[in-house]
Amino acid sequence: MNNSALIIVTNLVKTFPMGKREFTALKDINLKFNQGEFAGIVGPSGSGKTTLLNIIGSLDIPSKGEAVVMGQSVSGLSPKKAADLRNHHLGFIFQTYNLLQVYTVYENVELPLLLRKMSAVERKKLVLQSLEWVGLMDKIKSRPAQLSGGECQRVSIARAMVKSPEIVLADEPTANLDAKNSHNILQMMEKLNRELNTTFIFATHDEKVIKYLRRKISLDDGKVVGDEIVKNK
Amino acid sequence: MIKFIIKGLLRDHHRSLFPILIVTIGVWMTVFMQAYLSGVFGDMIDTTARFSTGHVKIMSRAYAEYADQVPNDMALMGIEQIMTDMQSEYPDMTWVKRINFGGLIDIPDDEGETRSQAPVMGYGIDLLSPGSTEIHTMNVVKSLVRGRMPEKPGEILISDLLAERLEVNLGETATLLSSTMYGSMTMHNFTVVGTIKFGIMAMDRGAIIADISDIQLALDMEDAAGGILGYLPNRIYDDNTALGIVERFNQQYEDEDDEFAPVMGKLVELSNLGEYLNYAGSVSTIMVFIFVLIMSIVLWNAGLLGGLRRYGEVGIRLAIGEPKGHIYRSLIYESVFIGFVGSIIGTVLGLGCAYWLQVVGLDISAFVKNTSMMIPNVFRASVTTETYYIGFFPGLFSTVLGTALSGIGIYKRQTAQLFKELEV
Repeated sequence: MNNSALIIVTNLVKTFPMGKREFTALKDINLKFNQGEFAGIVGPSGSGKTTLLNIIGSLDIPSKGEAVVMGQSVSGLSPKKAADLRNHHLGFIFQTYNLLQVYTVYENVELPLLLRKMSAVERKKLVLQSLEWVGLMDKIKSRPAQLSGGECQRVSIARAMVKSPEIVLADEPTANLDAKNSHNILQMMEKLNRELNTTFIFATHDEKVIKYLRRKISLDDGKVVGDEIVKNK
Repeated sequence: MIKFIIKGLLRDHHRSLFPILIVTIGVWMTVFMQAYLSGVFGDMIDTTARFSTGHVKIMSRAYAEYADQVPNDMALMGIEQIMTDMQSEYPDMTWVKRINFGGLIDIPDDEGETRSQAPVMGYGIDLLSPGSTEIHTMNVVKSLVRGRMPEKPGEILISDLLAERLEVNLGETATLLSSTMYGSMTMHNFTVVGTIKFGIMAMDRGAIIADISDIQLALDMEDAAGGILGYLPNRIYDDNTALGIVERFNQQYEDEDDEFAPVMGKLVELSNLGEYLNYAGSVSTIMVFIFVLIMSIVLWNAGLLGGLRRYGEVGIRLAIGEPKGHIYRSLIYESVFIGFVGSIIGTVLGLGCAYWLQVVGLDISAFVKNTSMMIPNVFRASVTTETYYIGFFPGLFSTVLGTALSGIGIYKRQTAQLFKELEV
């Protein structure tokens, strides 16, 4: 594992207005994520997992403190720069897959590459490579409605991986899958993590996911209550 | 990316079919209404020009003031000289003299007593001169129902409906009872040689047409006429050209105090069509504006509903790093595509209906039985150059406006909120 820090979170506080008062979702968070980590932010619902993932993903900004992702402070990014950061360095995997129903598997995976000025030949090469990683070469012309939940999540992973991001953020990626599909998906992500040295950060409370994590960060009521290395392969 | 968007648009009927349908209907109606108004007002202008005012008309000042009463006692004198002057000054234009008159037509029996009688509206036009353009202008030959054209002095045509009512046969004598230019009563015998139907109820109820020389003789109007009508080259009315001619002519006589001095007017003023045309123009503008407004609101709503349906798509596109502006622009591109397709389909349908109405026409004779207005019995649409492109204004503008309004939501929404909404 390379020890260079891709993400540095320092004294991070996030508050949301709730009527006349404020609700503090994250309290004084300090974390570092290095390249190639397979880490998870775990905790019960409402503990602040998704909020932290959103800030790391430059989809939200801290109220106080700082989150530096790929050397760029999220707070100081313009919307365009933030979009640029997401496009070039971050991949997202969602609980509900969020595939575009009118497009084929191939087109869904191709979408992130369309935002980059890339030739069709180059795009095709990357899309096919990505679909090969997730074992969906036989489904490239299918629409999401024709796929199982597990297959949909594999398409979602291919879409996140197609641009070879340094960091993949996965928010409850197995919540809608059965045990067998969950294990398949997690094994696939673990394999990608090892082969491509991509940093995976999960937000989860699913025990199946937790078993795969090499680093487990526990959140409770917006505070980091634990940060432990679970496995060191 | 454009290809990607179009592909999605074509596959997602909710995104394309409904908006295209709305645009098509709106554009269809706009195109059809434009052609319809253009046809109706075009016909009114043409009919008025041919039968009543020409493109410009010279009258005496007194006649012009009471023109609606056809006051032949205030007729224009010295018309031959004016005609000669006008023909030499505007050789490309057609100049004709006309006398409109009112009176009674009396059909005598074998004893010379009145068999039947009716009020008539008469037209004295040049029927007998070789090369006269009036037969063509008044569309007399095509309007003949029975009989033939007058070939010699003393022969007249009367409207077919009037002939039926008076039970007059071809070749029979009809006596015109009217008043001369100097106010005395006159009676003049004519021979009915044909019946006519113009398709204009005001004329078909009771018109007679005679050669102007006969009417000048009958009404004691030597070298006089109700007016001299001028037609612009190719018989196409152009208000600016007409205005120039009118101003130039009237300048020559502006210092004269004589109420019988000639004065020239142009079609839209003489017929009060100016107000109609302004009204038509306003109606067209308002109509297009209303269509744009209604379609924009409908498409705005459709855009909002589509936006709700596409929360996931917009969210994922933001998450993968597509800037908000790029997404907004792509929605605008979509709307341009929808507007363009809807406008083309709507224009084709509108043109089809307009063409049909141009050929077949809408017979309104049942509704204008008693009217004295110079309006044709059959309304026809007129497909003009404007008809081909007018629909694209509301079609494109409303879709783009509707999308622009609904798309503002993208800027109002917090990215993180959007992202959260993905987790349904």
